[in-house]
Amino acid sequence: MATITQLNVNGTSRSVSANSQESLLIVLRDHLGLTGSKYGCGEGQCGACTVLIEGTARRSCITRVGTVADKRITTIEGLATGDRLHPLQQAFLDEGAMQCAYCTSGMIMSAVSLLNGNPNPSVSDILDSMEGNICRCGTQPRIVAAIQKAARNQKGAGQ
Amino acid sequence: MTEKLHFDFPIERERYELQEAPSYRFETDRREFFRYLGAGILIVCAAKATRAGQESGGGRRPSGEALPQEISAWLHVGDDGGVTVFTGKVEVGQNIRTSLSQAVAEELHVSVAKIQIVMGDTQLTPYDRGTFGSLSTPVMNLQLRRAASAARDVLINLAATQWQADRTRLVAADGRVTDPTTKKSVEYAALVKGQQLTESLPAVDPLAPAAEWTVAGQSLPKVDGRDFVTGKHQYPSDQKIADMLYGKIVRPNAFGATLISVDTRAAEQIPGVTVVHDGNFVGVAGPSETISQTAAATIRAEWKSDRQPSSKELFEYLKKNVLPRDPDDTPPQIVGAVETALVAADHRLQQTYTVAYIAHAPLEPRAALAQWNGDRLKVWTGTQRPFGVRSELASTFHIPEDHVRVLMPDMGSGYGGKHTGETAIEAARLARAANRPVKLTWTREEEFSWAYFRPAGVIEITSGMRKDGSVTAWEFHNYNSGEAGIRTYYDIPNQKIEFHPTKSPLRQGSYRGLAATANHFARETHMDELAHVAGMDPLEFRLRNLQDERLKAVFTAAAQKFNWGRAKTGAGQGFGIAGGCDKGGYFATCAEVSADRQSGDVKVVRVVTAFECGAIVNPDGLRNQVMGANIMGLGGALFEAIEFEDGRILNGRFSKYRLPRFSDVPEIEVVLLDRKDLPSAGAGESPIEGIAPAIGNAIFNASGVRLRSMPLVPDGLKSA
Repeated sequence: MATITQLNVNGTSRSVSANSQESLLIVLRDHLGLTGSKYGCGEGQCGACTVLIEGTARRSCITRVGTVADKRITTIEGLATGDRLHPLQQAFLDEGAMQCAYCTSGMIMSAVSLLNGNPNPSVSDILDSMEGNICRCGTQPRIVAAIQKAARNQKGAGQ
Repeated sequence: MTEKLHFDFPIERERYELQEAPSYRFETDRREFFRYLGAGILIVCAAKATRAGQESGGGRRPSGEALPQEISAWLHVGDDGGVTVFTGKVEVGQNIRTSLSQAVAEELHVSVAKIQIVMGDTQLTPYDRGTFGSLSTPVMNLQLRRAASAARDVLINLAATQWQADRTRLVAADGRVTDPTTKKSVEYAALVKGQQLTESLPAVDPLAPAAEWTVAGQSLPKVDGRDFVTGKHQYPSDQKIADMLYGKIVRPNAFGATLISVDTRAAEQIPGVTVVHDGNFVGVAGPSETISQTAAATIRAEWKSDRQPSSKELFEYLKKNVLPRDPDDTPPQIVGAVETALVAADHRLQQTYTVAYIAHAPLEPRAALAQWNGDRLKVWTGTQRPFGVRSELASTFHIPEDHVRVLMPDMGSGYGGKHTGETAIEAARLARAANRPVKLTWTREEEFSWAYFRPAGVIEITSGMRKDGSVTAWEFHNYNSGEAGIRTYYDIPNQKIEFHPTKSPLRQGSYRGLAATANHFARETHMDELAHVAGMDPLEFRLRNLQDERLKAVFTAAAQKFNWGRAKTGAGQGFGIAGGCDKGGYFATCAEVSADRQSGDVKVVRVVTAFECGAIVNPDGLRNQVMGANIMGLGGALFEAIEFEDGRILNGRFSKYRLPRFSDVPEIEVVLLDRKDLPSAGAGESPIEGIAPAIGNAIFNASGVRLRSMPLVPDGLKSA
């Protein structure tokens, strides 16, 4: 079985030694100590493990690490620029869009992916693209508000 | 039946709420505190309203005396100006870390940023029964306010002595004591330098009334929110220490199964893997999650189990398997003469309601990291009862409780589902065999099968009513689901209310709101049916039979915001209302649904919940709780149900067990009634209890179909 020795994570080349069939989530969490991505179900149904592959949301628990060895991987830990939070991280804080917050990193990564492809999403776009992320505490309305706020802020910042 | 604590509402007994007494009393030496914390002021709170304090007229015990035997919390003001609070309560997403910080900041007059709260560490925090029953706010918030208030008094006294000034004119604000007359001012940090003062708290202390709060009562954001949006926060399942192995358990193929034979030879051949076979326990510990999974998969185990009932026959099973009541169970509650009143009534109604088992499904499954040092054990684990888990570990491994330290990092929710210590025990068993620390994180499938469920139940109601809509007779029988919220708050002169324990096919236990959800569902659905029989508006009917002013207030507030009584604007539209009170919280929920009888689709369009729990500590946190409770409750109301057969869970994964998702969430409005004249009650649970009957009643209003089982529409409305 092929062994993966390098991963491009959060803009840095990281050395690993992983079986190409292992799940990306396990490699991120256990090999690289990036525990911001969470295990929730292991079958791509809850979104807690969401990361970006080349800027697009992917469930890392069902992604084999061998398939992303040459791709840009972004996790929640790589989103802020120094002390400056990503607009979505800031919007989640501003809207208080969390309770236990175990889903939060996956929610933010899914939302980053949405705004990358659609900077001005309608509510229905947001609901569609977030449907695969579960918040068991029930903060969905605040998450929608946070995504709308981040979209507005990004637009403002871009002009 | 009820236990009157030192706040103003009764706590109903709940047989499924695990709350064992402490197996030993925490004793400590004040010198130990200062060795650990450094110089400063230490305030120790007694767990109960101290009798000594009351007998001596409320005066404080002098410093240096022995500390109370039962301590509930303590607070330390250090010579760096930092305030450290120790409580055995835990943060599970209910935002108690933030609201307790506010309570301390309010009374001590320091900024929230100066306050650190150490929670749920059995070595550092005093004994606590657990975080459940919506008790953290009414009990711990009050305790910490008292402790902070006492600390402030000590600081003012220190300054008064230093300045030879009259203490009554000194003012504490912003972490300083100031004398407005002389303009002298000193920071708390400077005042406590070199001091080792201890105060043990009496029962009563003058506290700032809620109407004068400046920090408490405000919408403070989550104190460590930044750690959560950056992925920095370390949950129980994120813990890692040097040399750690990863555990994996080989599970039986059915509940209650016995191991007949096991072949672990292949697993033992894998380098770095330790295999444990001890009675019914079979597990492995290996150098990576992947290797442990592989090793566990090679183990061949043969199990034997007895035939067990299935979810299809659940409700007949419960009715047929009634058990004698425990001495602690609530006896039947009888008021007036229900049989006579039923005979005399103009209308009689008899109906049966059922509630399925449901799963907590906390997004973070149970996890534990266990580390042995000789016969001393340290475990990081996600639990609502760190001290309960400590007892379980001590008893399982035959070691004294003071050899066990349980730490509870703020976890990925619990909802009543993480009271027990299986994961901690399993990790510790593997760690002992491997002679290395072991982390075990349950898979989602394990979490669904090997934790426990909200009790299922059957509720039978027989009622009698006069022509004018006055309910005169109320007979209520609850089979298995439990006692919380069983009493009716309607003003009914003749009542018989009885809880019947039964055998349970599945392991059952605490859950957010617990039996109060089932009892409110049955009661509020039945009241709606009676309103229909009487030909009255459901709200008007309830108010007619209600005396309780707090409950009337939330019904009225919800109805007003919802615009109750307005005409329907479309086919399939329906409106429903339900309300009640539990654990000190008063709630009323209005729901609008759209029900399509052709397709069977039911969509909850809009929900308004009015909620009142006394003086509000953090309005934004409370809104978040009330909204979240409604959304979580939506799942149990509409579609959540555990399916099982012969000792196995059939739908124990997210692709098979439907949880509320973004598209299920209606427009939700929360109306908060702030009663600054009443003590603060907890709010994590009761707002979940109104949504199911409100939706069921709205479906009836929309379609004429009366649904009496939770979940209401697991397969759509057509099958009903």
